[in-house]
Amino acid sequence: MSYLARFWDSTIGKKFVMAITGIVGVLFVLGHMSGNLLMFKGAEAMHEYALLLRTSMPLLWAARGGLIVAVLLHALAAYQLTQRSNAARPQQYAKTAPQVTTFAAKTIRWGGVLLLAFIVFHILHMTLGQVAAPGFVHLDPYNNVRQGLANPLVAGFYVLAIGALGLHLYHGTWAVFRTLGIARPTPTPLKRRLSVVLAAAVVLGFAAIPIGALAGAFPDAPSPVMAEGH
Amino acid sequence: MRLTLHVWRQSGPNTAGKLETYPMDGVEADMSFLEMFDMLNDKLTLEGKEPIAFAHDCREGICGSCNMMISGQAHGPWKGATTCQLHMRAFKDGDEIWVEPWRAKAFPMVKDLVVDRSAFDRIIQAGGYVSVNTGGARDANEILIGKEVVDESMDAAACIGCGACVAACPNASASLFTGAKITHLGLLPQGQPERDRRALAMVEQMDIEGFGHCTLTGECQEACPKEISIDVIKRMNRDYAVAAVRYVEPKETAGAG
Repeated sequence: MSYLARFWDSTIGKKFVMAITGIVGVLFVLGHMSGNLLMFKGAEAMHEYALLLRTSMPLLWAARGGLIVAVLLHALAAYQLTQRSNAARPQQYAKTAPQVTTFAAKTIRWGGVLLLAFIVFHILHMTLGQVAAPGFVHLDPYNNVRQGLANPLVAGFYVLAIGALGLHLYHGTWAVFRTLGIARPTPTPLKRRLSVVLAAAVVLGFAAIPIGALAGAFPDAPSPVMAEGH
Repeated sequence: MRLTLHVWRQSGPNTAGKLETYPMDGVEADMSFLEMFDMLNDKLTLEGKEPIAFAHDCREGICGSCNMMISGQAHGPWKGATTCQLHMRAFKDGDEIWVEPWRAKAFPMVKDLVVDRSAFDRIIQAGGYVSVNTGGARDANEILIGKEVVDESMDAAACIGCGACVAACPNASASLFTGAKITHLGLLPQGQPERDRRALAMVEQMDIEGFGHCTLTGECQEACPKEISIDVIKRMNRDYAVAAVRYVEPKETAGAG
């Protein structure tokens, strides 16, 4: 067996894959969030942002491909590890009393399933404009977001997914350095200041968009795409 | 003190088990948890019933035999204590207590509260040792080791192999145990020659035994009677990753004859 296959076959190897793909995801999420916040600057800023991302289409597709592979590897490793974990305890306890497990840790697997479903929905909704996207215009993200999130049910699903993302990061961004074996030794290994700040920032930064859309923070604006005559 | 005990009874590995309820009266606060079990077994024996099988040996917290899941907590509610060190003053009159064996596929049932922890022995056999040449005893201070290193190594070496980490882990993972052994030996100069091989072999054996993976919930370090930190899991992960990259299997031809 090659050493790569041996590494992937081990529980630690799979956790490493989850950690590294998780870091890719966190970096993407931070970039995505900072782009989103241009919504508060207006339609022109969002349009320019969309064009900026399309400076090089091969590069954009490379980034998209990398992200899709990262998500799939993360989900595959999580699924296989969950299967092993279930097999490792065929008989449950009649009485359990977890001492330090967090809500985030307990819900991270189903939260991940929710996030996967959300990612598929989100691409159909905001990138392709195929689902629940009235008046979708390519390269006019400002109005697409404004109209796409006007439906409270859709905005509610976004907020739910953002909550799951926050919990995912609360556990994941703390655990990642321990999984990779690069955290500093500490007498209080369960403390996670950085993760709390990061998770809170991501939840607030992302949730501002659907909540802002419902609250009417994004006024009607002429589509910059039409103005440019694309 | 009056108590109600719900104890897991199972006559053998291949029979179905269930929780049996035993009302207890006259339990003293100064009794240890195992003395309370001795009292219950005396009563069962006098009644002509089968006493409850439970493992125990030193009754001073160093052998790692007395393993009971007590109301959902491995070794019960006291921090840094084994079941034998737990005393009945941890409970109050009228309490209901659930007592179950460790639950893990890798720890097969023997009887009642006794499970077979040979899986741990096989993980140790896979690499939890250092090879030394025999001969005259070497001077104790011949190899200088920093105090911090010794301290961290000794903290990991405190592991008694009781399996509470596996029992408390939602994934029945043996990462704290294996991590403790890899940390204990991997930090010391004597452990360096076999460090890579040890990390690879012990982790592989841990997986083969059917333990789950680590999700860093922290339950193991809370349950550990020796209060071993999940920092050892971090060290195991690093040693494993480094070894996976740089370790090359020795050639078969070497050493023949």
